[in-house]
Amino acid sequence: MTLRKTVIRGTGFAVPSNIVTNDDLSKTVDTSDEWIRTRTGIEERRIAPPETGNSDLAIEAARKALDRAGLSAEDIDLIIVSTITPDMVSPATACLVQNALGAKHAATFDLEAACSGFIYALSVARQYIATGEYNHVLVVASEVLSRITDWSDRSTCVLFGDGAGAAVLSGTDEGESDFVSFFLGGNGKYADILNMPAGGSRKPASHETVDAREHTMKMNGPEVFKAAVMKMNHSMRQVLTRAGLQSSDVDIVIPHQANLRIIESLRKYLDLPEDKVYVNLQKYGNTSAASIAIALAELVESGRLVRGQLVGMCTFGGGLTWAACLLRY
Amino acid sequence: MSEAEVFEKVKEIIIDHLGVDEADVKMEASLVDDLKADSLDTVEMIMSLEEEFQIDIEDSEAESLKTVGDAVRFIAERSGK
Repeated sequence: MTLRKTVIRGTGFAVPSNIVTNDDLSKTVDTSDEWIRTRTGIEERRIAPPETGNSDLAIEAARKALDRAGLSAEDIDLIIVSTITPDMVSPATACLVQNALGAKHAATFDLEAACSGFIYALSVARQYIATGEYNHVLVVASEVLSRITDWSDRSTCVLFGDGAGAAVLSGTDEGESDFVSFFLGGNGKYADILNMPAGGSRKPASHETVDAREHTMKMNGPEVFKAAVMKMNHSMRQVLTRAGLQSSDVDIVIPHQANLRIIESLRKYLDLPEDKVYVNLQKYGNTSAASIAIALAELVESGRLVRGQLVGMCTFGGGLTWAACLLRY
Repeated sequence: MSEAEVFEKVKEIIIDHLGVDEADVKMEASLVDDLKADSLDTVEMIMSLEEEFQIDIEDSEAESLKTVGDAVRFIAERSGK
């Protein structure tokens, strides 16, 4: 069976205009700009106003991606939204995006793989395109993490931000653009080190869960740190090996934007120069699934990523989940 | 590998991660109290030690390594096996 090539035809991102700096946070929790910068590299993050929902950001990012792809919403065959902060449990945020865009021919579903969601979703989209089942797939990764952040916990509230990124993937028989390799992984044994305990069917919302702040993310920072570096390194090496390439062959690597020290540690393991590793977390913090999607769209928008270049993406998140891919852009 | 040999390599890694003076890296020095390692420094150092000595250090084991000497003795024993 001949597989079709998949090109990322258009990208876009959307972040709330409201900027919250480290100094702003130091007024409400016991922290400081210096503490946050030296431990995370984050300088500010975008926080959505109360009236903005996940799908609002997702729709804005999707419209930009469609526009840049030169496609209309009616051309889209499938919409996948990756998120851990959907507008509501049901329907899927992808349905809300579909309706707003008028993508009346599109199938719709959400995909949850925490911070790894965008690469997971790209890999799913790519399967549909490679087999010829669909021509155009819209992948959106959108998060409003501020709604599940414990703003009284200084160890986590400084880390997260809101935003969305989108990519339109299309099948093609021409050119060299295509995904080169993927690697996805997970291990539920570590479900406890990064999770949101309540709000699902096992522990529905109650007075008790609200009082115990169980509708916010809990994280064992040091354990997550180590696993993040190890799993992203492993994932990148897997996609390189599968492609028969070295890290020096890659033009740019987009790691999940969680913590600058994780990225620096990973960079050393992969033996990459600083200018080949994209970092934007100083502006946005960790936006979970949206992180790499925003970075990819920014790189394209700024002209830093051009057609024909080889881009590596690698990520890590709650689950635990991890993933990487190599893309000939 | 002898404890003295392990100590020299551990000392290098500690200086590299924490930027402390060589003279301060003594066997009895506490990583957190004397050498001012924060939780992320500790994780980064453990990862470097694992790589340098080709060993695995479980999180529960890492927590018991309070001083430079704790780390040196742990590694000397583990890498001797």
